This record gives sequence, structure tokens and C-alpha cells, in this order.
Amino acid sequence: MVEAPGWDARRAREIIAEFSGVEGAMLPILHALQGEFGYVAEDATPVIAEALNLSRAEVHGVISFYHDFRHAPAGRHSLKLCRGEACQSMGSEALAQKFLAGRSLGWHETSADGSLTVDPVYCLGLCSSSPAALLDGEPIARLDLASLDEAVDEALAEAQA
Amino acid sequence: MTRIFISKDIAALAVGANKTAARLEAEAKARGLAVEIVRTGSRGMYFLETLVEVETAGGRIGYGPVAAPDVASLFDAGFLAGGAHPLRIGRTEDHPFMARQNRLTFARCGIIDPTSLADYESLGGWRGLARAIEIGPAATIAEVLKSGLRGRGGAGFPTGIKWKTVADAPADRRYVVCNFDEGDSGTFADRMIVEGDPYALIEGMTICALAIGASKGYVYCRSEYPHAGKTFSEALGLARSAGYLGSNIKGSGLSFDIELRMGAGAYVCGEETSLLESLEGRRGIVRAKPPLPAHKGLFARPTVVNNVLSLVAIPTILEHGADFYASFGMGRSRGTMPLQIAGNVRFGGLFETAFGLTLGEIVEDIGGGTATGRPVRAVQCGGPLGAYFPPALFDTPFDYEAFAARDGLIGHGGLVVFDDTVEMAQMARFAMEFCAIESCGKCTPCRIGSTRGVEVVDKIMAGDRVSENLALLEDLCQTMKFGSLCALGGFAPYPVLSAMRHFPEDFSPRALAAE
Ligand SMILES: Cc1cc2nc3c(=O)[nH]c(=O)nc-3n(C[C@H](O)[C@H](O)[C@H](O)COP(=O)(O)O)c2cc1C
Ligand code: SF4
Ligand code: FES
Repeated sequence: MVEAPGWDARRAREIIAEFSGVEGAMLPILHALQGEFGYVAEDATPVIAEALNLSRAEVHGVISFYHDFRHAPAGRHSLKLCRGEACQSMGSEALAQKFLAGRSLGWHETSADGSLTVDPVYCLGLCSSSPAALLDGEPIARLDLASLDEAVDEALAEAQA
Repeated sequence: MTRIFISKDIAALAVGANKTAARLEAEAKARGLAVEIVRTGSRGMYFLETLVEVETAGGRIGYGPVAAPDVASLFDAGFLAGGAHPLRIGRTEDHPFMARQNRLTFARCGIIDPTSLADYESLGGWRGLARAIEIGPAATIAEVLKSGLRGRGGAGFPTGIKWKTVADAPADRRYVVCNFDEGDSGTFADRMIVEGDPYALIEGMTICALAIGASKGYVYCRSEYPHAGKTFSEALGLARSAGYLGSNIKGSGLSFDIELRMGAGAYVCGEETSLLESLEGRRGIVRAKPPLPAHKGLFARPTVVNNVLSLVAIPTILEHGADFYASFGMGRSRGTMPLQIAGNVRFGGLFETAFGLTLGEIVEDIGGGTATGRPVRAVQCGGPLGAYFPPALFDTPFDYEAFAARDGLIGHGGLVVFDDTVEMAQMARFAMEFCAIESCGKCTPCRIGSTRGVEVVDKIMAGDRVSENLALLEDLCQTMKFGSLCALGGFAPYPVLSAMRHFPEDFSPRALAAE
């Protein structure tokens, strides 16, 4: 079997084993795997199933239920743009459309060079400072197209340097 | 050494608080001035972030919003001694936005270093727990009952009754679970208090554990809040080392510990039974009730599930007594509610106040109208499942029953303001779209109905058989309201129906006129 990119089955098994004895270990395991590899590979399903004494179908069902878990690696940088109502009241929908069009991307897509993935989120708790986003996990707010583009370009440039 | 306070709340970080803090430090050094920069939570005046406060003999003097380039001019103005500057707001407590509040739950937030145990203790921390230990479980529950506290997560269920039910349920183990999923758009009070005063949540949960006889607690934090998660987990570690968690807490004989768990981006996991499924490691599918979580909750044990705000209100109630807490508010809505004024609003932020202010007072007087300066057209109250209120209903007092009487809900206390450029059919469409994205899939009216709803609104907006489709949409909403197991499918019709009722002109006026 060909391993998925960046995936290390041995390391994955180690991580899963660390959670033996934890009550309701499923989500902590999935977060740990995604934290290590950036996604949860299909190969993990049988290992988790065995560790937690569940069927593969059950494990697959959990992974696909939650919006956070990825089946494939994301881009090197992540932008989560808020689409909640408070951000909409400050023009986030138009902002998102312009930003995405400018980068030839759609929601949930990764740029061709693998540098950026853009996902929608529904509120970041920054609703008094809308529109807001998380860029590589860090908050940015009171955005317009210029400040969003600038922040994203800065993040992309840092990686090159 | 002059002490300077700058928030590290994410809403401050999001507008450059770290840059402002770094510039302050560098500038002080260059000028040979001794300063200590203390990073706090937020005061909740997000329109003033980055707020910089200086400790003076006359109290903390605030300046804001301070961007990094403003820093040099602050020093030139002698701000370390409270000097005059265009950004100076005076004593922070005297600012009109602060002076009008009743800060009970948020009394320490924005003032202390969030994870400093010394700060927490010096401003009344652990006194509620000490009293609970002194009076014992039964009297603690009686106090919570008497305070009139109702769950702040949305449903408004009396907290004392929930605790008593769990305490009375025979079991080998009981759990206290804190619902920190805060999924409602337009809300951030849970986040702000956990980032700004995390020990208050630990204390509230410990009091609950003592009252119901639990030895283990979970905090379920949404994954969209990584910073709050980090702060809370740091606080857990420090509290544990200091003996406020673990076995025989401060010699009381009480043993209790808390574990933080992160969600994974599912709105429905804020619903308590879905949350419990998720904690147990399954898909967040809503459970049918009964059994109630209070009887059969986490791992089938009696479980208190409470919102963050319900739990952080507890130490105040125990410390100052039920009567003190209940002396705030109106009717059956007792105590204070941290309002979250959000969206297109001039003075957006957290405003903790007794129940009873009218919606108009909140939006116009406190919020200062829209940020864009255009007229207010609609306010969505209570999150994505809450109704849209037009200015004609601005006389509605902020109270559970008064909002319900007008087909609305106060939910978790979020208020999202829109100006007159909002397209209400678009907002109705979004409510349906959101429901479709987040539905757990258990009931047909919610899972399928919401997708149909999006299609029907699209037809209306396109001018396709408008009156027929409006009737269909109304019908669909009724089906969802009455045929859904939980409030996701059951309440998603509220924003839709309120938009149709109060803003009929937005549902394709031209096409209607042509018919
Ligand atoms: C779809 C849905 C989402 C919910 N989201 C939350 C939430 O994010 N936070 C919360 O405290 N309660 C939420 N609730 C309410 C909970 O089910 C529950 O009533 C609450 O956690 C009980 O705590 P309380 O009594 O302290 O309010 C939600 C309910 C539904 C139906
Ligand atoms: S109403 Fe929707 S979210 Fe709630 S249980 Fe039914 S399908 Fe799930
Ligand atoms: S709605 Fe965008 S941050 Fe809350």
C-alpha cells in the first residue's frame, strides 16, 4: 500500500496508543493526528477502530461528521474567513467573494501551488470587530480587501524567507 | 516602575495589541523609563482596542484605540502620569460604556492578569467556594435556586433545579460538564471570560461539583477558540499545582478535577446531548429526551450541563448571597446578563447589565447606532436561530418572557446590528443554508427542509411565483418548527419568519407587484 503524503503509520500508531485509558478518546486522538500530520489519513481508520474497539464504519462516520477533520493535507497556510451574521453585517460576503476571486479559489479549496487553503467559519467570537478571520490560527479583524490581502501576502512571504 | 495594562484577548490581538505592546516596551527603553507591561483580558470595549491603561494615583487611566504608530505621541504627552492626549478616555471605570454596567460576573475581567492566582485571590477569588464548603451541598443548591439564575446557554432553564435533579439522582458517579461551545454568531461572552478570568470558571465548576457530588468535570471548548483553550489549560495546571483542583481541595475533603476537551467544528455540538455524544467519542447526533442528561448524561451518569456564563455567575451568588444576585433584573429574569453588542454598531462590545433595558436603549444609546452611520434596519437577537427585530419593536425589554412574547429569544445574549443596506431575503436564505450545513441529520424536516428552504428563497428572490413560494416557505417553517427534535431545526424558522413578517418589502417587491 502506498502511504499518503507526510503520513507515518508507525508514528500514528504511537499517537493512538498514548490515549489508551482516556474516556471518550476519539476526538482527542483525531485532533492529535491532525495536529501531527495536518490531516487524518484513511489508513488511520482501522487502527483507531481496533484501539477503541469500534467498527471501521463507526470511526469513518465520526471523522466525516466533524467539519474540522481533513482527509487530505491542506495548504501550507490556512485562512478561515468568518461568514457569521455579525461579519455579514459589515460586508464579509462581498469581501470573501472578492478575495476568493482574486486568488482564483473557492471555499474549501487550496491554491495550485499548495500555499493557501481557505475555509469558511461561522463565528470566531470577534463579532464586535467584524469582518474577522483566523490566519494560521491567529486572529485578524476589522478587515477590508486591502488589509486581508496584505495579511495573507505577508504570511505567504514569511514562508519563502 | 509604572504599570501599563494591555489586553491579550484575541479581539485585541486581532487589531494589533501585540505590536502596540512591543512598541511601548521599546519606546520606554529608548527613553530610559521603567515600565512594567501587564497583559490582561479585555474590558469588553472592543471599539477602543487596543486599549492601553496606565496605573496612576487616581486610578487606571485609559487611552484608546492605540495603534503602534500612536505610541511615541503618548510618551510625548506624558501618558505615564495620565497626561492629556486625543486618545485619552479618562479613568476607564468612568467611561460611559463602563459606568452604566453592573459588572458582577465580569468584575475582574480586563483588570487582572488572567492566570495570576495572586490577582484572582486579591479581587475576591475563591470566596464563593469557601462559602459553599462552609454551608455544604444542600444549602449551596438552595442558594442557587433562590438566586433565580437561569441557564445562559439559551434555554433559560433554572440552574438550581437542574443541580438538584442531578444531586438527587442515585448514581456511582456524577459529572459536571461546561458547555463552552459558544456557537452562536454574534456572541463572545464565554470566550471573553475564559480568556480574561479563567479561574472564575474553575471556581464555578468546583462549587457545582461540591453541590452535586461530582469528582470529574469536562469543559467542551469549540475548536474555533484555540487561544481560550490555551489560556484555560494553563489555568487548569496552575490551579492544580496550587491545590485548587485534585484531591482534598484546600483541606475540604472535596476531590475534583477538570479536563479540557476541544470540539471539532460542529455547531450542533453546542446542543447538550450532542455535546455529550461528542465527548463520548461519537458523531454529534442529538439524543431524544427523555432521559434528560440530569438523569442519564455523560457515560449514562447524572450530569449537569451548564453554559460558561451560568457557571461563572455561581461564585458571585455564593459569595454575596442569592438575594444580592436576585436584586438585579425584572420579572422571572433575575441577575445580570452580559449583552454582546455586535455587527454593524459603533460601540460594539460586552455590556453586563441587569435584565430590563429595552432593545432600543441597548442598540441606540449604548451601541451608538451603526458603525457605518446609516440608519439601523434590523437587529438579530440570540444567535443564528434568533429572530430579526425591526426598530418598531425597539421598546421590547431585554427579558426572557418579553422576547418570547414577540416571537423572539434572547438566547445567549448576542445582538447583531444591521444597517439599511441589509437584504433580508438574503439573511433568511442564510439562516436556512446554515441549518443545512450544521444539521446533525437525525430529523427530516431539519435535514431536508433546510435545503428546500434555500431553494424556495432563491425562487422568491428570482421573482418566480412569489406568493405561491412565500406560502410554501411559511409552510416549510411550520413543519420544521414542529417536526424537529432540537432547536437547530426547530428555531431556524425564527430568523426566516421574522424577516418575512417585519420586512415583507424585501421578498421580491417588484415581482409581487407584477403578479
Ligand atoms: C443547536 C443548538 C446549539 C446550542 N449551542 C449552545 C452553545 O454553544 N452553548 C451553550 O451553552 N448552549 C448551547 N445550546 C443549549 C444547550 O443545549 C443547553 O441548553 C445548555 O448548554 C444548558 O446550559 P444552561 O442551562 O447553563 O444554559 C444549544 C442548543 C441547541 C439546540
Ligand atoms: S433538528 Fe436538526 S440538528 Fe436537531 S436533532 Fe433534528 S436533524 Fe439534528
Ligand atoms: S460573526 Fe464573525 S466573528 Fe462572530
